[in-house]
Amino acid sequence: MLTVLLILIPFIAGLIAFGLKGSGPKVLAVISSLATVATAIGAWCRLGTAPDSLSFAANWIPQLGSQFRVGLDGMGMMLCLLTAIAFLLVFISIYNRNYDSSNSFYGLMLLSQAGLTGVFTAYDALQFYIFWELALIPVYFLCSLWGGDKRIAVTFKFFVYTFLGSLLMLVGIIYLYTQNPDHSFSWESFTNLHLGADQQNWLFWLFFVAFAIKMPVFPFHTWQPDTYEQSPTPVTMILSGIMVKMGLFGVIRWLVPVLPEGVHMWTDAAIVLSIIGIIYASCIAMVQSDLKRLIAYSSIAHIGLMSAAIFSHTEQGMQGVLLQMFNHGINIIGLWIIVEIIQQRFNIKNMDELGGIAQKAPRMAIFLVIISLANIGLPLTNGFVGEFLMFSGLFQYNHWFMAVAGLGIILAAVYTLNMIQKVMFGNANALTETTTDLQPSEMLALSLVVAIILILGVYPKPILDLVSNTTAVVLKF
Amino acid sequence: MNALISTALSGVVLMFVGLFARKQHIKFFAIAAIIIAFIANLAQYPSVELGGYTMYGMIEVTKFSIIFNAVAIGSTLLYFLLSGSEFEKVGEHVGDYFALVFFILAGISLAATFSNLLMLFLAIEIMSIPQYILAGSDKKNLKSNEAALKYFLMGCFSTGVLLMGITLIYGSAGTFEIASLGLGAENVSPLALCGTILIAFALAFKVSAVPFHFWTPDVYDGSPTVFTSFMATVVKAGGFIAFVRLFHIGFAGGEISSHWMLLLAVITALTLVLGNFTAVFQQSVKRMLAYSSIAQAGFMMFAVIAMNLAAAQGIVLYAAAYSIATIGIFAVLLRLKDYTFEGFNGLAKKEPVLAFAVTVFLFSLAGIPVTAGFFAKYFVLAAAIQQGHLLWLVILAVLCAAISVYYYFRVIIAMYFKQGEPQVEPVSGGFKAGLIFTVILVLALGLFPNLLLCWL
Repeated sequence: MLTVLLILIPFIAGLIAFGLKGSGPKVLAVISSLATVATAIGAWCRLGTAPDSLSFAANWIPQLGSQFRVGLDGMGMMLCLLTAIAFLLVFISIYNRNYDSSNSFYGLMLLSQAGLTGVFTAYDALQFYIFWELALIPVYFLCSLWGGDKRIAVTFKFFVYTFLGSLLMLVGIIYLYTQNPDHSFSWESFTNLHLGADQQNWLFWLFFVAFAIKMPVFPFHTWQPDTYEQSPTPVTMILSGIMVKMGLFGVIRWLVPVLPEGVHMWTDAAIVLSIIGIIYASCIAMVQSDLKRLIAYSSIAHIGLMSAAIFSHTEQGMQGVLLQMFNHGINIIGLWIIVEIIQQRFNIKNMDELGGIAQKAPRMAIFLVIISLANIGLPLTNGFVGEFLMFSGLFQYNHWFMAVAGLGIILAAVYTLNMIQKVMFGNANALTETTTDLQPSEMLALSLVVAIILILGVYPKPILDLVSNTTAVVLKF
Repeated sequence: MNALISTALSGVVLMFVGLFARKQHIKFFAIAAIIIAFIANLAQYPSVELGGYTMYGMIEVTKFSIIFNAVAIGSTLLYFLLSGSEFEKVGEHVGDYFALVFFILAGISLAATFSNLLMLFLAIEIMSIPQYILAGSDKKNLKSNEAALKYFLMGCFSTGVLLMGITLIYGSAGTFEIASLGLGAENVSPLALCGTILIAFALAFKVSAVPFHFWTPDVYDGSPTVFTSFMATVVKAGGFIAFVRLFHIGFAGGEISSHWMLLLAVITALTLVLGNFTAVFQQSVKRMLAYSSIAQAGFMMFAVIAMNLAAAQGIVLYAAAYSIATIGIFAVLLRLKDYTFEGFNGLAKKEPVLAFAVTVFLFSLAGIPVTAGFFAKYFVLAAAIQQGHLLWLVILAVLCAAISVYYYFRVIIAMYFKQGEPQVEPVSGGFKAGLIFTVILVLALGLFPNLLLCWL
């Protein structure tokens, strides 16, 4: 039942938020996300002792054999925890901001949280598809209503892209269902299908395109920088911190176990695309002067590495990906919190016009440096452990792939350090001279991020233990 | 059978009511009559639950046809509730308009139950002739006249083609009974093949499938909007039920189905591509909905091509989802002065309930989950995938569905993200309540499609 609660709390809170006024919605959002974090931690404790108690199934459409089936394994638990923490961080960090018609803003945010949690807990393919789409709708409205100048066209492109991808996946799901003698959409029966190689061959692409658009993997990434740039920053945090994980999650939960031979056939193609994405995105990130676009491209590079590591199909690679999914979510949200602060203070995103903030706001500078270093994967930060494991997994598969992908780390250091230098150091100019340091709510959110970065950097075992059963299951296929 | 009798009688009664009752009161009689027809139709359900019966070799009543009639009559009930008051604005003879709608319904219930080619012909004609009149009911308007004339001439031509096809089939099979045509037993005679193709063309005309769609945009655009709303939804679904019945029962099996299946697959592909691409370029929401109705017809064609249970479930669900959503959008459109996309600018600020309802209806048409449209699309696509050999068509349909998001979302973008002062007639609380009820219906079918399917 705890799993159902994870979906229900934000869903109900979201519906209530629409009807509230003044500061009601944001208080409710913080309360609801605190409750969700508590529920998630409760579920985590249960996972070790009584994992069955986290599953829930109810008849939904008996004619189709589709059930409402939720459950949590290590990966699902980890992502639900990430979702809960991420939304809490977002709500805390924007607590002092006032949005127009804030009731709709918070309502839609909470609904998207419910949708995302639904994706991560679904064990029925049809239900998975429905949540996959539902998570998108609130985000579409959030971006289009509160985004930048070009928001409507950009968000629309984003929507059509992902909608097309998910429709292809729907075709794949229906096909698998028609091949299924059990007349069921359940994950177990799908993984027991063992279709012929010729079918898996093309079915792979129906699913892969859907997931690749969401991640995004080169060449399906073109919606992403624009959307990240134009969305309101809290939504960008959700998009980059959690929504991209839907794609990775989809590959690990559905693609690899259901179509193992298809994956095997196209492994090299998928890894090559991912690696092209790493190098390509890193190169573009180096010449960006727009802060939001820089982080967007760096995110493509990081996701590329994770996707490559999944397809390496090694234990270390998989563990690394699962750990990094969590870490990347935390780190990038930390980065966006700082970007949001900078944008609020100065109302510009161009790095060349900034500089010297460190003198006026040393705390902000310290936070940015720590989070950026974690984003590069410096030892003792959480990013290091994940990246190390992923590279070692990729190395076991093919060392040439690893060598090329490794260039991404060097490039990441180049653009990240460059970014820190331009934004924080150097001489203050007329614009940055008058700035003040962080406000309490921002301090709180960033301290939480940095605490997670350092703790997991030194002691990643809790997350690694949590996801190890998923790795074991996936590698069996 | 009850549906046929009650709707035909209601039509006659409404004509007399039109003579005596006041203009504003006629719609209440119509609503009462349609509720009676709805109940009468469902009352027959228990008697056919275990198996249908045939009357004189002409009409076959099954639970499938009863449920389809329930969908058609139920959608018309919603249509009367939401747009019934607009009838009065078209012209003087309000009673006649309602009567004509009832006659169309009688034709539809015949189309859902015929078991004889002669009855098919009658059903199609009973459905068509009142439409010619309704299209031209705005007598003083040139466009309405043009629509009526165009529709009438082309409709008559297609009726001729239908009759020709029936003749050829009779010549080949020696019977009018669709269950015992036995066309595809061994080898297909050229006579039977020609007849099948001619009938397919004539029915494709009635459901406005490409390349027989040319009348659709002009007729839908020229007719009074309140009647377009009915013609584009319930009547189109009625055409499809005739299509599905005839081809699944009469022309199924053996050699013959492989011949017409390819033909219909090509028609479907053309309908999907042309309907969706042309809808993208429209400037008026009314014309966009006309092309969208062609595009949606492409999806419903899947139910004809794929001959299995999912197809039969799909056509009922699709008819319901598509009719309800489109009727809802038209009901709001009727309250607006400006039918262009710009006319919707800023509607969300001014009339949030209307904007929200239209958004849900458009989601349903686009096939986004938790709305009825999603499961409608799901079932027709599943039927086609189950059939095999049609995967290319399914992929094409999916690409077209992504395109359809473009023009459906233009309305949402205008309502929510653009500024403007839309000119809306004042709407009553009852109308809003009706819209909310319709939204709930769309969402309920989207969450629990078995509410409808469990009866099939």
